[in-house]
Amino acid sequence: MHIMEGFLPAKHCIAWGIASAPFVAYGLRTVTKRVREYPEQRMLIGVAAAFTFVLSALKMPSVTGSCSHPTGTGLGAILFGPAAMAPIGAVVLLFQAILLAHGGLTTLGANIFSMAIVGPFAAAAIYRLVRAARLPFGVAVFLAATLGDLLTYVTTSVQLALAFPDPVGGFWASFTKFATVFAVTQVPLAISEGFLTVIVCNALARLNPRELQEMRVATGSEQEVQA
Amino acid sequence: MKRHQNLLMALAVVVLVALPLWMVHKPAPGPDGKEAEIFAGADSQAEGLIGRIDPGYRPWVKPLMEPPSGEIETLLFALQAALGAGFIGYWYGSASTRARLQREQETTTSC
Repeated sequence: MHIMEGFLPAKHCIAWGIASAPFVAYGLRTVTKRVREYPEQRMLIGVAAAFTFVLSALKMPSVTGSCSHPTGTGLGAILFGPAAMAPIGAVVLLFQAILLAHGGLTTLGANIFSMAIVGPFAAAAIYRLVRAARLPFGVAVFLAATLGDLLTYVTTSVQLALAFPDPVGGFWASFTKFATVFAVTQVPLAISEGFLTVIVCNALARLNPRELQEMRVATGSEQEVQA
Repeated sequence: MKRHQNLLMALAVVVLVALPLWMVHKPAPGPDGKEAEIFAGADSQAEGLIGRIDPGYRPWVKPLMEPPSGEIETLLFALQAALGAGFIGYWYGSASTRARLQREQETTTSC
């Protein structure tokens, strides 16, 4: 989902930068406030960031014959709320833009918007909806992480289609083309991310039940914990 | 039960990654004799697509620095994954030890 350096017209770069900045600033405030209030949650914020680090470094093959990578932002969005993932995702993207020539500084705003804002917000919303429907914790985590990942890539396709509308078919023709490259490739990877996120959440529910309770992440095994 | 579930999910991930390698076949070399490339990055495919939609578009900035070779790029990606995996391993080790010590303490005090 990385839009490469220079591959987005300047106006678009500025617009996406302006759109992303407040999320990153607000997210940074919520994270620092949380660390001050609950210092013991620092470790879990680290886990959420580390998960994004690992997953966004793994380029996996897909059935379309191309490679892409998961984002890992669903986990943190479920645990700490979507805003917290904006600064964390921004750090990962900055690392890749500067050291790896993967993504870019001018396209940073657009990339933050897709990976660190749309993905986490979608994941957190889906998690809440599925939990409200009284489905199990694991199902909610899986759907949230999978669909959040997928929507990140749909967002990238929208961003590119807006910048490069098809001379004949306009935005939609262009969107279909980019979505075929990004979103279709992403389907199996998004499912992988869903499974991996559930595995980590199961471990969290077992090892850090007290912290999860503080964060009001109900795993469905609370009775077990209190007993 | 939970442990079983985790193992199955981990297996599913392995299958999801391995399946494309086995399903996608390399197309025959084109008429120009050039080998077709498979499993290229989606990001670079999008770059090619931009070139086809708007042939006049030229990237207006270049990356500050590019890894000098594919090997160096692999090194940096491996470093990124290792940092993340290292931290997750540290958390898992310390959290599971803490949980075990707590359990042991509870059983000794309740006796």
